[in-house]
Amino acid sequence: MKLKDIKSSGKKATRDGFGDGLYAAGKADDRVVALCADLVGSLKMQDFIDDYPERFVQVGIAEANMMGLAAGLATAGKIPFTGTFANFATARVYDQVRQSIAYSDKNVKICASHAGLTLGEDGATHQTLEDIGMMKMLPGMTVINPCDYNQTKVATIAIAKHEGPVYLRFGRPSWPMFTEDMPFEIGKALTLCEGTDVTIFATGHLVWKAVEAAKELEAEGLSVELINIHTIKPLDVEAVLASAKKTKCVVVAEEHNIIGGLGESIARVLAQNNPTVMEFVAVNDTFGESGKVPDLIAKYGLDTKDVVAATQKALSRK
Amino acid sequence: MSDIQQLKKIASQVRRDIVRMVHDCQSGHPGGSLGCADFLTALYHHAMKHDNSFKMEGKGEDVFFLSNGHISPVWYSTLAHAGYFPKAELATFRQLNSRLQGHPATHEGLPGIRVASGSLGQGLSVACGLALAKKMDKDDKLVYALTGDGELQEGQIWEAVLFAAHNKVDNFIVTVDWNGQQIDGSNDDVLALGDLEAKWKAFGWEVLIMDGNDMQAVVDGLDAAKAKTGKGKPVVILMRTEMGAGVDFMMGSHKWHGKAPSDEQLADALGQLEETLGDY
Repeated sequence: MKLKDIKSSGKKATRDGFGDGLYAAGKADDRVVALCADLVGSLKMQDFIDDYPERFVQVGIAEANMMGLAAGLATAGKIPFTGTFANFATARVYDQVRQSIAYSDKNVKICASHAGLTLGEDGATHQTLEDIGMMKMLPGMTVINPCDYNQTKVATIAIAKHEGPVYLRFGRPSWPMFTEDMPFEIGKALTLCEGTDVTIFATGHLVWKAVEAAKELEAEGLSVELINIHTIKPLDVEAVLASAKKTKCVVVAEEHNIIGGLGESIARVLAQNNPTVMEFVAVNDTFGESGKVPDLIAKYGLDTKDVVAATQKALSRK
Repeated sequence: MSDIQQLKKIASQVRRDIVRMVHDCQSGHPGGSLGCADFLTALYHHAMKHDNSFKMEGKGEDVFFLSNGHISPVWYSTLAHAGYFPKAELATFRQLNSRLQGHPATHEGLPGIRVASGSLGQGLSVACGLALAKKMDKDDKLVYALTGDGELQEGQIWEAVLFAAHNKVDNFIVTVDWNGQQIDGSNDDVLALGDLEAKWKAFGWEVLIMDGNDMQAVVDGLDAAKAKTGKGKPVVILMRTEMGAGVDFMMGSHKWHGKAPSDEQLADALGQLEETLGDY
């Protein structure tokens, strides 16, 4: 695909993709059950509840119990999808996820909305920037951070068919949609455009920022390879190494703490196999704060101009 | 021989296994294990309809979850005597490359274990989830779970207790090992549990109180609990036990919660416990 052909067809939230994907997954397989900790509206689960009420479990504000219930349902052969905010799906219940789900090899889909800074005004109590790190450290856990409505929908459908625990991370804001008709395979990087000067690996909401940045850089005459890493674990090592070998210059963009995120995963793979110049677009080891989404993205260095600057810096070090 | 006598014979052997296992590896938790030997024996050899060929999903059979995973010796011995795996494997408890981990785990594929436990407070939620699945699947069998009394200090327990009552999970029998002890002392000294009977009743559960170290009382108590299922309420058995029951010097104190006996103490303990079914 050419960079100029990547266009937004409108805006919709990734959490809407989850709601629509959950409905489709539930329609396709009656083993799919959904649990929610008093956030049905926020997680867009109402359509599933309307048509499959016997397969929905309202657990109340009790996330630890929700993770245990999901483990029990999975033991019985169900495919449970838990729904709550990312902070309450990870940090709040880390030991429950670790012992009852990951260590016990339970086929639970931990679905987490309002991840990162972009939930906006609720502020740092809810803005988890540590969740990718926590979840990728759990042996056997698959970690997926889709980038737009459509990718979240197809990822939700895909994880229902995947055997094993999954952390699916998505967000609150309306966001440009651009992956219609693009393939999605768990663990397989999605090359959005090929280039030779620099590779930008991006995940989640920042993929769109990377698209915008790549267009600016291309206008300056640079050849940018843009790769969407939706599956942070297992990482598509082959794709990472092949692109880094070609461009010899890497930037990673993510809506997460610089510590523990996708950037560190890629850095490890490159350090072990092919040391490469790298720069990182991520939150610099700090908590977030209340504010409008564009203002937060600007203040915390996650904007298009930040991806451009990081890329230029990486190129200057090449 | 009456059923009760037969169950007592099994429980005596289970107790021998417990002290020998903990002595072998010089680690583990004999106190709570000994206290629950009568209960687990009656559960697996009297109350539950279960299949020792072991299928993870547990469809069409009664299922048990151990939430207080540190009393793994009593569960491992009980499972071995119920035919889930060879008794000889008890000798590998807590050793490298064993399926008998210090705390129960599914990771090594030990038959009979459906979820890892050890970090306290989680097992009731998991058990309740499987009970819920049985209701969805119109499977009329029961789900049992055992929790410690100190474990009731974990907040997640009460999340599950609220949930089960609200959702009328009435195919669910929880037993509390009410020995009054925990690592740092008595429950009353560490963090008092108050009026447990009133608390569970207030949460909407059917409550029974049972002597957990009298085999006849345990059999009768489990029968009574089963009779109360299917009536819109989850059932809890508050089971009075003695930590270390069956070994005199381990009783009456929290000191044998997580301590292994010496060679002399092992001999003393085994002298008090009849070998009925052959040592592993």
